[in-house]
Amino acid sequence: MLSIENLSVKVEDKVILRDVNLRINVGEAHVLFGPNGAGKSTLINTIMGHPRCKVVEGSIYFKGRDITDMPIDERARLGIGLAYQNPPGIPGVKLKDLLKIIAKVDWEEIERMAEILNFKDFLDREVNVGFSGGEVKKSELLQIFAQNPDFMMFDEPDSGVDVENVKLIGHIINHLLEKDRKPADRRKSGLIITHMGHILKFIHVDRAHILYNGVIACSGSPEEILNTIIKYGYERCIKCYQKRRQNG
Amino acid sequence: MLSKEKAEWIKRAAEKYRNVPAPHGEDIDLNEYKIEGGKLEISSLEDLSEEEKSKLEGIGIDVKEESTSGSYLQINNDVVYTRAKSKVEILPISEALKKYNLEDYFWNLVKIKDKYTARVALERTGGFFIRVPKGVKETLPLQTCLLIGKENASQNIHNIVIVEEGAELNIITGCATSPHVKSGLHISVSEFYIKRNGKLTYTMIHDWGENVHVRQRTGVYIEDNGVFISNYVVITPVRSIQSYPTVYCAGENSKATLQTVVYGRKRSRIDLGSKVILSGRRSRADIVSRSIADDYSEVVARGRLVGEGEDVKGHLECKGLIISDDARLYAVPELDARKSNIELSHEAAVGKIGEEQLIYLMSRGLSEEEAVSLIIKGFLSMDFSGLPPVIGKTVKRIMDMTLQGL
Repeated sequence: MLSIENLSVKVEDKVILRDVNLRINVGEAHVLFGPNGAGKSTLINTIMGHPRCKVVEGSIYFKGRDITDMPIDERARLGIGLAYQNPPGIPGVKLKDLLKIIAKVDWEEIERMAEILNFKDFLDREVNVGFSGGEVKKSELLQIFAQNPDFMMFDEPDSGVDVENVKLIGHIINHLLEKDRKPADRRKSGLIITHMGHILKFIHVDRAHILYNGVIACSGSPEEILNTIIKYGYERCIKCYQKRRQNG
Repeated sequence: MLSKEKAEWIKRAAEKYRNVPAPHGEDIDLNEYKIEGGKLEISSLEDLSEEEKSKLEGIGIDVKEESTSGSYLQINNDVVYTRAKSKVEILPISEALKKYNLEDYFWNLVKIKDKYTARVALERTGGFFIRVPKGVKETLPLQTCLLIGKENASQNIHNIVIVEEGAELNIITGCATSPHVKSGLHISVSEFYIKRNGKLTYTMIHDWGENVHVRQRTGVYIEDNGVFISNYVVITPVRSIQSYPTVYCAGENSKATLQTVVYGRKRSRIDLGSKVILSGRRSRADIVSRSIADDYSEVVARGRLVGEGEDVKGHLECKGLIISDDARLYAVPELDARKSNIELSHEAAVGKIGEEQLIYLMSRGLSEEEAVSLIIKGFLSMDFSGLPPVIGKTVKRIMDMTLQGL
């Protein structure tokens, strides 16, 4: 579904990502760990096509097409979706109206999802205007649901969310990624950024990566990676990575 | 009826100011615009041509006159149609002057002090007289349409609205040119009186030809506990509009809310403002404007709050978006405090379309044009508080229609 090869990215003349390689197959969900400033958001913004993220080297392929230079809206129409961590407000535009514009699923389904999220009252509110942390996440999730992309990215869907709602949001992401289906029936893929890994109790994730100082320092099974981080911290990962590089 | 003294005073003032330009707005050569009649025999708005009807519908007029309390249609300088469907009285101003003593209402809130007001005073002039009798609370809107029906016509108007004690009314005024008419001049003088406990909601929607000049002079006087709400919408291109109404919150607890939505397009020169004199004890005023300057337009958004009374409060909110490098947006918020125990505030902000908003919407699959149009629509969509749902919906529909395909 998505393949990233030797990707280096600059933001405002500063190199943020270096030689990143990542492959996410159809039906797979990956998680991206890493400390603040590691470049996690830059990576997903680059995949989305944010003009601030300048690709200086390497390529991004999606559904077999080289999308490295493709404009952001075309990528969205091709099936990439991003649930933002801190989206901007759109004053005067009701969430309902935006959902109707971007909807690839029936309105009844969107309403049902809004109900599941306890978010129906917010359909008449202006998009992300005056929303709390948790409300922003629900608004983003609902938009991703409406947009129904094949490859979906979630930038810290659990930050600023209370325990109960982390569970709810986790379950819904799991459903959106079709993890409630048999592996052979899964058509969606995803990439999740999270700090705590708390939400992973509710999402089946196939593979995890650690991004540190702009490089993917380590990849493996989610449990393994998470345990390593908890046990040794991120510092250890980068040392391990450097050692591996030195040894070729 | 007017006293001989007043009639002479009007004439003298008008002669004196006949050639005096206004302080704001481009100076117009009045000789380029002819004063035309607009004879037309109709027995209902439905008798108008299909083209005209659709034009009127575009500015919020219900041509079937189903959910209205009355209608008024003026073409050029002639009143061609009035219909009262309720206790609200509606007359051509010329007839009202014969029927009532308007000594204290005619040229009382608006002064003759430039060539435009002088023209209205001296030349053939139409206009409506609307009176809501004491205690009558009309829920259905009354609609007035002011149409320029001929190329290069000068339309002169003098309106008076009197909302008697405890009465309420919603007026929707649609201003437009007939289909095919591109040039013209619209000069209006409006004097609104809101008596004790009265309430007037006045919504004005413009849809002029691209070469039409508009000069409006408006005064509003509010007595104790009276409420005035004005909604002013101009989102289609026009040559120029200049209007700076003055609202006198003279009564105790009187309240004024003035909301303006302006979308300057093409070569429009729009200079709009609202001024509220808060002299009544505990009177309140809110001036809210949303302005966009696009293409080669120039938009001036003025606002002035004058606090003269005890314990008055006023807030001025002026937000602007500038879209084109060839456009200009000029915001002039003014606060003038003349008592110690008052509270006046303003917030003004002018900027471009937020890059992050644009990218956010595009990442949802909207093209750049669609994203810009949605942000503009959102920016202009105001909570038209106090509007009856039917007008609120109309205003929204008109905005959607006009902003479609931008």
